[in-house]
Amino acid sequence: MKRAALSGAGLVLALVILSPYLVMVFTALKPESELRVAPPRLTPVHWQLANFVDVLADPDFQAWLRVSLVVALASTVIVVLAATPAAYYTARHRFRGRSAFLLLVLITQMFSPTALVVGLYRQFFELDLVNTYAALILTNAAFNLAFAVWILRAFFASIPREIEEAAAVDGCGQLRALVQVVLPLSLPAMVTVVIFSFIAAWNEYIVALTLMTDPSRKPLTLGITSYVTAYVQHWNHLFTASLIAIVPVVVLFALIERHLVGGLTAGSVK
Amino acid sequence: MGRRGRWQPLLWLGPSLTLIAAVVVYPAAALVSASLTRYSITGLSQGSVGIRNYGRLLEQAALPTVVANTALWVTAVVALTIVISLALAQLLNERFPGRRLVRWALIVPWAASLIMTAKLFAWIYDYYFGILNHVLISLHVIAAPRDWLGDDATVLCAMIALGVFVSLPFTTYVLLAGLQSIPGEVYEAARVDGASPWRRYWSVTLPLLRPALLVATVLNAIYVFNSFPIVWTLNDRNPGFGHDTMITYMYKIAFKSALRDVGLAAALGVVNVLVILLAVLVYLSTVSWREAEA
Repeated sequence: MKRAALSGAGLVLALVILSPYLVMVFTALKPESELRVAPPRLTPVHWQLANFVDVLADPDFQAWLRVSLVVALASTVIVVLAATPAAYYTARHRFRGRSAFLLLVLITQMFSPTALVVGLYRQFFELDLVNTYAALILTNAAFNLAFAVWILRAFFASIPREIEEAAAVDGCGQLRALVQVVLPLSLPAMVTVVIFSFIAAWNEYIVALTLMTDPSRKPLTLGITSYVTAYVQHWNHLFTASLIAIVPVVVLFALIERHLVGGLTAGSVK
Repeated sequence: MGRRGRWQPLLWLGPSLTLIAAVVVYPAAALVSASLTRYSITGLSQGSVGIRNYGRLLEQAALPTVVANTALWVTAVVALTIVISLALAQLLNERFPGRRLVRWALIVPWAASLIMTAKLFAWIYDYYFGILNHVLISLHVIAAPRDWLGDDATVLCAMIALGVFVSLPFTTYVLLAGLQSIPGEVYEAARVDGASPWRRYWSVTLPLLRPALLVATVLNAIYVFNSFPIVWTLNDRNPGFGHDTMITYMYKIAFKSALRDVGLAAALGVVNVLVILLAVLVYLSTVSWREAEA
């Protein structure tokens, strides 16, 4: 009886959370003529699946998608390359400056680029890097570094040292011990890091809005807003494009949900 | 583990340190330096002006409204989010058929791009064609459609509602992790003592949940203060700065309004950074993050 009541409450909750996104799905499937009708209808009269074909075939959309993929993938690679050695070294060694380093990483995590955006713009303006992928990729990488350090460090620390020490006897250097012994064991942590930093960069908005003014270099988050402006009102295409961007990311996020809290709170809540 | 020189940590931490220096420390320095400089409308430096930008910031007519908006925005979103999330976490801490489904549903607003969710709500809130007015009229909650995003009385509420909606997943997950770290024996003992469920929650669960509540509150306060896409999108029809927060006001001064005043925006940027640093200090003093170390 109690379980049935809980299930009922859970179902209502899930429905409330998902209902705005149902509006997104239904609007994405409406033909243009059904968008501006009063009173509004929730579901389409004619289900226009072709909206997805239209958006996917739109050269602008393809360009935004390419930019988003390039930026998210490249910044994820940088995050992994930078965070792995730092996470490993801080997990295995005590040394002067270790706490200072971890504190610095924690502070960068608190500072989304939003507060620094005027400084970021000045910097890239002076370095003549406005409208370059490098600027966007590096900024995303820097601000997603902390999550990766926390997740990897906690995982490396849970691997018994003896396994590496056995490798060290074989004359393996520390770097080789990391690459050949520790990393193969760390696949779950690595997957979490890769998915998280990919999604964070994929969803990033304000830095792209500030730096990427060239229309051919806009990522999806920026590009899709041009479906609805003061002059055109393609809400259906806006939401079709949004769904294409959101659905894969939700699936990936679901895979790592159990590890998110640990990485976002630097392990202070478990 | 073998010999190592003083330089060895630098080698391993080097890539991370370089990245942080190049894209966090450098722009922070650029921000401070810009706040002490006068710029032309095209962004060219016209020399140092000392702290005059800060003085001009205080003279801006919009500043009191913007600060009040920010305080209301952060307080309301964080408080409502925490209260609702406490209930959601309690529900998800129980075992029932369909719990996985609820957890997955909760992930959607978290994983989805904020700008896309904000656009979605702009459409839902729409005066003529938005589904919200239609639903509320059908339910006789309101008699006539309302212009949620155009009416000064409702636009901030509309933003706060969305702010809460997107903050729920993270907060619920943090509080759920906190609940799951409370050992079952504690409840057992309270039950043996004959405490009512409400009494158990109030005097057993909530005190033990304190660390998770602190983390959730401070981190949310920082996220919500920093939040840009929601305020930016839901307020984009309204002229002036009547519904801006310190973050969107800064952005408009720098890049969008007729002002285009980088020095002035940078001064506000420095203030914003200081506000966040203050929250970080609170976080560090309440959270024993060092204990989580190996």
